[in-house]
Parts: sequence; C-alpha cells; structure tokens
Amino acid sequence: MSPWRRQGWLPLLALLLGAAGPRSGFETMTPELQAMQRDDAGNPGMLSVLEGEALFAREGCAACHAAAALRGVAARYPAHDAARGGPIDLAGRIAECREQRAGRPPLPRESQPMLALQSFVAHQSRGLPITPDPRLAEARAEGERLFRERRGQLNLSCAQCHETLAGGRLAGANIPEGHPNGYPLYRLEWQALGSLQRRLRGCFTGVRAEPLAPGSPAALALEAYLFGRAAGLPIETPAVRP
Amino acid sequence: MRRALPALVFASVAGLAQAEPVVVGDAIPAPLTAAPGEPARGRAIVADRTRGLCLLCHPAPIPEERFQGNLAPSLAGVGARLTPGQLRLRLVDSRRLNPETLMPAYFSTAGLVGVADAWQGRPILRVEEIEDVVAYLATLRD
Repeated sequence: MSPWRRQGWLPLLALLLGAAGPRSGFETMTPELQAMQRDDAGNPGMLSVLEGEALFAREGCAACHAAAALRGVAARYPAHDAARGGPIDLAGRIAECREQRAGRPPLPRESQPMLALQSFVAHQSRGLPITPDPRLAEARAEGERLFRERRGQLNLSCAQCHETLAGGRLAGANIPEGHPNGYPLYRLEWQALGSLQRRLRGCFTGVRAEPLAPGSPAALALEAYLFGRAAGLPIETPAVRP
Repeated sequence: MRRALPALVFASVAGLAQAEPVVVGDAIPAPLTAAPGEPARGRAIVADRTRGLCLLCHPAPIPEERFQGNLAPSLAGVGARLTPGQLRLRLVDSRRLNPETLMPAYFSTAGLVGVADAWQGRPILRVEEIEDVVAYLATLRD
C-alpha cells in the first residue's frame, strides 16, 4: 500500500467532512479545557446537573417524567408550541410545566434553580445530535434575518464574526462559530454556569446594542435559527467554555 | 439628492461638535478641529479596548498590549500607506468606501439599528479624539 493510500486519505476525508458541517466550540478549545469538560468529576457544570436532579425529584417533576424519557428532548428544542403558534424553548417549557402542571410559583428564567433544572434536562440528551423541529421554518427565517442584521453602535452582525470570521482572533480570543449545543454551560469568564441568553447578551452588549428580551419572539426566533444551523452537533450540556 | 445625504448624516451628530466633515474623493482632507491632534493621546485611544477598540480587530505596533486581533490589516505602516485625510475618512465612516466593511463608523450614527440606550445618538469617538487618532496613525510609517 502506498504511503498516500495509507495516510493521505483519512486526513483529507476528515478535512472535507470537518469543513462541511458545523463545528462545536469544543473543537477549538485547549486540550486542558476539553479534558475539564469530559471529566464529570472535574466539570464544574455537573454541580448544577446534580442540583437539577434533586430539584426534579423534590418539585414533583418526577411524578410525571421518568428521567430516562427525557433523553432526546433537549435535542429537539426549541419546538413548535401549538398554543403559542410559535417556538418555545426548553427554559420556557420547563417554566410552563412547573407553573401550570406542578402548580409551583414562577422562577426567574436565569435563576440558579431554573438553570439547574434546565441543565439536568439537557444533560439527559448529552451526545445526541441536534434535530431541529421542521415546523419552525418561519421562526428560523426571522432568526436568520436577525443573525445577519448589523446592529448596535459598532454596527456588527452575528454572521460577520461567527460565520465569516470564525477561527479568527478578536483581541486574544478565538472566535467560535457560536453554536448553542452546550447550554447551560460553565464559562470560565463568568466563573459560573449560564444560559444561551446570557451569552447572547454578552455579544449584544459588546457591539453596544440593546439585548433581545429573553423569551421574546425575536429571542426565540434567533434561538431557533441557532439550533437550526447547529443541526447534527451533539448536545454537550454541561459544556465548559473559556 | 445623494450628495446632500452626508451633510445631513454628519449634522445628526453635530450637537457634539461644529464639524461637518467634507469628503473629497476617498478622503476628508480638512481636520475636524481647529487644534491639531495629539499623537500620544491618539496612541492611548487606539490601545484602549473600551475607547478606540482598534486592537480588538487590528494588530498594531503597541507591544505592551499583548492581546491583539487579526481580523483587519495591521496598523504598522498605515501612516505611509494612507494620507491623514484618507485615515480621517476611514475613521469617520468607512462605509463610504465599502458598504460591507467590518470597520465601525467612528463619527456617524447614520443607519444604525438597535443601539443600546447608553449609546443612543452618540458617535464612538468625539471629533477631538478622531483628530488624536489620525495624528497617531500618521506617525506609523514603517
């Protein structure tokens, strides 16, 4: 077998496949951070997953939902909600279920107990590919419009950095493609676990734009588009990011 | 009609300065302030990632700032490549030369969408700061 046949094909194939699909931010992290995410004993996000597991039992979620049946759910969100006639995200669904079915008092969207519940539910889908809801085409189109719209005093769009310039360096930081497959995730910059909405606020604030209100139609449309463009990427919750 | 637009645009931020930049070709030849820009102040603005923000995208010969971007051309030698007037237009509103440019308009609020309340109606830099940055960039000759 020639050296070319032995060594030439696989890297080339990997390159072609790699270039063809979305690339998780995991791929461009340092080996140390990748190891931190992989090791459940060292991944700080696992604390929230465990807290979520305890809440799930204590708040009565487990009365209806077997944890095993949650496998795959996060990979399908945001999903179409018939009552709303549009998308609902995982955080919205958990909040609705808690309040309407379990009769619990509302929790703020980004409170630690809500993040913990969301982490626990999303963690059940770890490793499963994102499978966008086909009924959300309209929301995704609106989300893509927002993704490509330049905004803020610095007049930048999501697409300019996270599509065209992904892989470049903004000051000292690598620009990732900006996929939502690891949320809620532990971010070293935050020293905390946080939501996709929090991450989006960071970018909006960075370009000096008014952030989208979490749970608003615009925020849900953008979220639906982000999950659509990340189709096939595995859920990593709880991911670790710099 | 098209020619009248820039004057209107610049008038929208004229509350902050009496300047009304006059574009000639690919440059704004006349300084925007009576007092000349100060290169040392300009260097500080360029190095400051909350004021000039330049180093987020551009590498520049400012060795004490370790984290510099690589998304835009190096500022090293920019003073030899461009005249002060050309630098001035690129700072004031680079979109005049390339509508698709990544470079924010540092002294125009025209056409911006969704600007946060704290920055509403304000350009990124004041005219004095624009002149300081032009004066600094003009010194970068190699």
